[in-house]
Amino acid sequence: MLERALKGSPGYWKLLISLLVVMSAGVICYLMQFSEGLKITGMSRDISWGLYIAQFTYLVGIAAGGVMVVLPYYIHDYKAFGRITILGEFLAIAAVIMCLLFIFVDIGNPVRMLNVILYPSPRSILFWDMIVLNGYLFLNIIVGWNVLAAERKGVQYKKWVKFLAYVSIPWAFSIHTVTAFLYAGIPGRHLWITAIMAARFLASAFAAGPALLLLLCLLVRKISNFDPGKEQLKTLAGIITYAMILNCFFLLLEIFTAFYSGIPEHQSSLVYLYAGLDGHARLVPWMWTSVFFCIAALVLLIIPALRRNETTLVLGCVSVFIGTWIDKGVGLVIGGFIPNPFHKVIEYMPTVPEIIICLAIWATGFFVLTILFKIAISIKEEVGVTSH
Amino acid sequence: MVIDMSKCLEQQEKGKCKQCMDACHREHNVPNFGENIKEEMKWIWQESYEHVFPSQHNEFIAEEVKEKPFIALCNHCENPPCCRVCPTQSTWRREDGVVMMDLHRCIGCRFCMAACPFGSRSFNWGDPRKAPKELNPDFPTNMNYPTRSKGVVEKCNFCDERLGVGKIPACVEACQNIKVHALHFGDLNDPGSEIRKLLQSRYSVRRKAELGTEPKVYYLI
Repeated sequence: MLERALKGSPGYWKLLISLLVVMSAGVICYLMQFSEGLKITGMSRDISWGLYIAQFTYLVGIAAGGVMVVLPYYIHDYKAFGRITILGEFLAIAAVIMCLLFIFVDIGNPVRMLNVILYPSPRSILFWDMIVLNGYLFLNIIVGWNVLAAERKGVQYKKWVKFLAYVSIPWAFSIHTVTAFLYAGIPGRHLWITAIMAARFLASAFAAGPALLLLLCLLVRKISNFDPGKEQLKTLAGIITYAMILNCFFLLLEIFTAFYSGIPEHQSSLVYLYAGLDGHARLVPWMWTSVFFCIAALVLLIIPALRRNETTLVLGCVSVFIGTWIDKGVGLVIGGFIPNPFHKVIEYMPTVPEIIICLAIWATGFFVLTILFKIAISIKEEVGVTSH
Repeated sequence: MVIDMSKCLEQQEKGKCKQCMDACHREHNVPNFGENIKEEMKWIWQESYEHVFPSQHNEFIAEEVKEKPFIALCNHCENPPCCRVCPTQSTWRREDGVVMMDLHRCIGCRFCMAACPFGSRSFNWGDPRKAPKELNPDFPTNMNYPTRSKGVVEKCNFCDERLGVGKIPACVEACQNIKVHALHFGDLNDPGSEIRKLLQSRYSVRRKAELGTEPKVYYLI
């Protein structure tokens, strides 16, 4: 099936080559980081995790979000999603690969990486995160590939494949729950130590993942003969709407508890993020941009006429993506470190090489995604799943 | 460890005493990065009272206390979150209570830095041997202690290399050498030890005791 990735239109090749250019820029910056150390980033002893880990956290959500098309199909026998489960699974593969790369570039001593396996430490949540992420990657590769191969041959996929598909559903929940536990079990970081963290992560994942998937579906429909289907898009839009409402609701719950209780430690990170603390307010414009996009997303998605209109639906999904990305891919991780354990505000500003490495990893994800989608769509076109 | 803050502050009144910090950082080849707080490395250092005890702070606190430099270092917690989160068991608590760090196993994920509620851990953002020469003219200062490679976390080890040969930690020794005796080191489990007697005789506080990590550094007020 892989050979289908090697035949494509000039547009396909142009896209792959431009992604490769960004990827090579990232490789150069990474080599610089490898020889100089992480000092080429904006991180410090106070903000010891930065954009890398924040992107990782966000992308775990994108990966987990793919399950929102797999679950209705396998558990509720919602046949319509059968058409696009493969796209959800392939999106998950690309997202998990990005997650693993973001962890990799964040490691100070990558040559010792295997120590995580040589000295397994079940008390460390990072150990479990490694297991669930790699497991999820393989589950999606195996299930996605076999389902697609069966579709190409026009036969039903094997029973064991279906079994693994069922396994992948709770597994998707686990990757984001475990990732939330990285944060939610740490004493002394008050923004993170909240029981609702895993729920918040899942809600934002189930909004952002399907929102990206919906945008990709529309793109696929535009540039290929494969139509993901009207009903599919409508159901997906409904899922995004519910998840986004929950996501915003959960954020408001955090704000209520922090400010009504009046406990200073619970407030200070939120104050830093949304209003600035001790004269430091670097993230404030970002956070209010996030608020703006979250509100816009809610308006565009909740009003039925706007949700059903494709143009406003696209705007809604883009708003979900940007709003949740700032909230989780910037604010949550960096805000957790501010103020520091001495209640001092030390700010963080990513450096140019750090940003290039991030962009390159996103480009790598889209490179993988483009190839996987190309294979899937070529097969769908061949077997004639072209019209609704 | 017990830190008698009244003795320490009294000595600091006389002049900017930095004996314990200098002794530690020279003993362990901890490089000085000067004003560059982004790459700063420190095992034992000073912070003002309001920052070392952020939750104890109040607006009417005596001005003289508020700005007073208190000594901060790894608390060698009985229930250390840093050790719990480490994915390679590079940091662990010894049976005698010292929280150790294996500089050869650490992968540099910095989960321990996120987990430590005391900001006690430093990361080698670059190669410590490349620290500015003008600030570190005689680096490495102790040929008998390893320098680190880039990309690993380090922190106070209560001088395990000295404890092993029957010596006391370098900071405590430095404080004794100038006859201030503000730093005391001993076995908290031994009811007859000097530090247990000190804790019996004076009022003491610990940093962020409410988090349940059971810090083992006590401050006598």
